[in-house]
Amino acid sequence: MDHLKINSWRRRRFLRIAGTATACGVLTSCARENSPWRFLTTAEGRTLDAICEQIIPTDQTPGAAWAGVVNFIDRQLMGPYRRQQTAYRSGLREIDQAAVSKFGKDFAALDTGQQTALLQALEGGAKRFFSTVIAHTMQGYYGDPRHGGNRDAVSWRMLGVPVIPIRGRNRYEFPKQGAR
Amino acid sequence: MAFKHVNAVIVGAGAGGGVAAKELAAGGLSVVLLERGKWYSAADCRKDDLRNQRTSPLGNNSGPDEARNPRVVVDLNGQERVVLPSEGGYSNNAGCVGGGTLTYGAQAWRFQEKDFRMATTYGVPEGSTLSDWPISYAELEPYYEKAEYEIGVSGDVSTDPFHGPRRKPLPMPPLPVGREHTILKPAAQRLGLHPFDIPMLRNSVPYGGRPPCMQCRWCVGFVCEVNAKCGTQNTSIPAALATGNCELRTGCMAREVLTDARGRATGVAYYDADDRLCEQTADIVIVSSAAVESARLLLNSKSQMYPAGLGNRYGWVGRNFQGHSYSGAWGLFDFETYDDIGPGASIAVCDYNHGNPGLIGGAMLANEFIRLPYQFVSVAPPGVAQWGRGHKDFMRQWYRRSIAIQGPTQEIPIADSRVEVDAKVKDFWGLPVARLSGGKHPKTMETSAAMTDKAEAWLKAAGAIRTWKKLSGKGTSGGQHQAGTCRMGDDPRVSVVDKYCRVHDHDNLYVIDGSVHVTNGGFNPALTIMAIAYYAAERIVKGRKGRGV
Ligand SMILES: Cc1cc2nc3c(=O)[nH]c(=O)nc-3n(C[C@H](O)[C@H](O)[C@H](O)COP(=O)(O)OP(=O)(O)OC[C@H]3O[C@@H](n4cnc5c(N)ncnc54)[C@H](O)[C@@H]3O)c2cc1C
Ligand code: SF4
Repeated sequence: MDHLKINSWRRRRFLRIAGTATACGVLTSCARENSPWRFLTTAEGRTLDAICEQIIPTDQTPGAAWAGVVNFIDRQLMGPYRRQQTAYRSGLREIDQAAVSKFGKDFAALDTGQQTALLQALEGGAKRFFSTVIAHTMQGYYGDPRHGGNRDAVSWRMLGVPVIPIRGRNRYEFPKQGAR
Repeated sequence: MAFKHVNAVIVGAGAGGGVAAKELAAGGLSVVLLERGKWYSAADCRKDDLRNQRTSPLGNNSGPDEARNPRVVVDLNGQERVVLPSEGGYSNNAGCVGGGTLTYGAQAWRFQEKDFRMATTYGVPEGSTLSDWPISYAELEPYYEKAEYEIGVSGDVSTDPFHGPRRKPLPMPPLPVGREHTILKPAAQRLGLHPFDIPMLRNSVPYGGRPPCMQCRWCVGFVCEVNAKCGTQNTSIPAALATGNCELRTGCMAREVLTDARGRATGVAYYDADDRLCEQTADIVIVSSAAVESARLLLNSKSQMYPAGLGNRYGWVGRNFQGHSYSGAWGLFDFETYDDIGPGASIAVCDYNHGNPGLIGGAMLANEFIRLPYQFVSVAPPGVAQWGRGHKDFMRQWYRRSIAIQGPTQEIPIADSRVEVDAKVKDFWGLPVARLSGGKHPKTMETSAAMTDKAEAWLKAAGAIRTWKKLSGKGTSGGQHQAGTCRMGDDPRVSVVDKYCRVHDHDNLYVIDGSVHVTNGGFNPALTIMAIAYYAAERIVKGRKGRGV
């Protein structure tokens, strides 16, 4: 299972929390047979990927989908975002239902214009869920690649942030100290 | 479990507690320093944009533990919610050896003379508890100097005409300046302002046996890899331990201050790293847990004699909770401002700290620390989309072409901004958690709004092609600059500690940290907290030797 790859610190932390929040176990065990994700089902992953790509679309530089934002969010849903598991499960369902009732298709199958229109028109709980996804997508795209998003530091390259920072710029040279 | 009796037990190894431990141990007292967190190295706390003490969507890097330390926050509409340390509104500083000083931005400000005499200077606005300090700048000056030299400060305040008299210059020169500094300095001068190099608790040259800063990108919120940032974890606390008189116990969460039948403090009950209930008795008890937790600890120390908690006879423990009303402005430029040279903040003006017509106090204004890409996401001005193509364009176009100027507007304290203990919610150890509520005085908001104008004008003078303001919210601030909850004063009916940080009613119980600040200046507070710790600890040591009063 994928989450076995989570480093030992995270795993310990997860287990500790899982002990106190049994709801967690229930949520993660059902409905995700054969899913490539840790928390999401295959279908949820597809919907979320399309939403994230709306939030940060591909233009002359890759967007959220290429950067692996869903991988990032899925991973955090088993860790720091675990309190939002239920919100994701019901939020994604709600957006798909809205897509079906408005356009007769799942969200991921809509064309870009329809997707944008649908997201702009969200209200109430679905709108609140969408703002959570916006925040998480920004974290996954612009945050540190070590958490599973921002693949190849794609956003940092886009912004022009040196990926390997230059160190030791101090004008004071004290070679004997040797501490640097 | 009980331990050998000592002269002093200190709760909290942060700015105040770290300095106090060193002074007492060096003065020959036996000291036990209790800290709920760990002693981290830079390797334990990686430079992680999403997991640090300033930006914490995935958690913090130096405590406190996420699962064990909830708080209750009540917003302006009376809605209450349980928040965890890495969530907004918690007012987290840190839970580790060094406290906030392990990861702080390290701006090293002395308050100005008027900051100690706010009521005399401005009068007391209605609905506020504005008051003078019982001590003056002049009384604290030698201790500011001691903090600057013992802990280490770089910078150059010689062109700041507004600072109080000082006997010595700063011990280290400023760091080499970056691009923002060279853009902002002439602009400030054209406006008739007096820009200078921010004093920083950060080595610019080798100092205290540690190397200079390498000016990296990840400073504020992060642990320094080269140990160039000066906090109590790499200065006072090692010095305290080196005396042989101080024992540091980490992972130890204080539960309550114990008192005897006559009301004297006898020691501290705490849970050790294995969650066993322990007791440390001492002649003197010093609470240095930062403004929220110090108030909470006193309030949780209830007994038959003190049913409302210690120091709380007149109900002042936890009141006057304040931080700063951080406000300023952003500017966009048609040339590059970003140079990847840390720590970022480097130039300031103190022209607006006082003397603003019709206003009370003001703020020091400075350029911001380097913002990491994720921190820039929420910067977009009104009119720019929060998501989609427009937002991505904004990021791409302006990330390297923007400057932020901000300042910690001095707050006008109010009694209703407060820390209480919650009646229902308990922490991991079963102790009632802190409950934060209240808001800001309207005068504070007025001054903040004026500061955003000043910041904007400075950016425009520097050539910004578009500017917009960032005004702090009306909710209670606290946060990393938390202060005020155990106010210092001569009158026991309206304060918690006397001018030597001793809790009224108790001759051997002290509070030494940001809690004692009567007002919090228009400046970041750490150097003042350290100076007060030197000052109060000296008095304790002298008293023990029978030389003091
Ligand atoms: C990211 C960041 C940036 C900052 N930048 C600046 C800056 O540039 N300039 C500036 O002046 N200030 C800055 N600050 C603020 C500064 O760090 C604080 O003002 C200062 O550390 C407060 O000192 P203190 O002694 O009141 O509390 P702290 O330093 O917070 O120390 C309190 C200690 O008590 C411990 N504690 C609490 N409760 C208990 C308990 N029950 N039992 C045992 N231990 C306990 C805590 O774990 C903590 O270590 C910054 C802070 C942060 C986090
Ligand atoms: S900017 Fe300097 S002091 Fe700050 S973390 Fe980097 S090297 Fe350390």
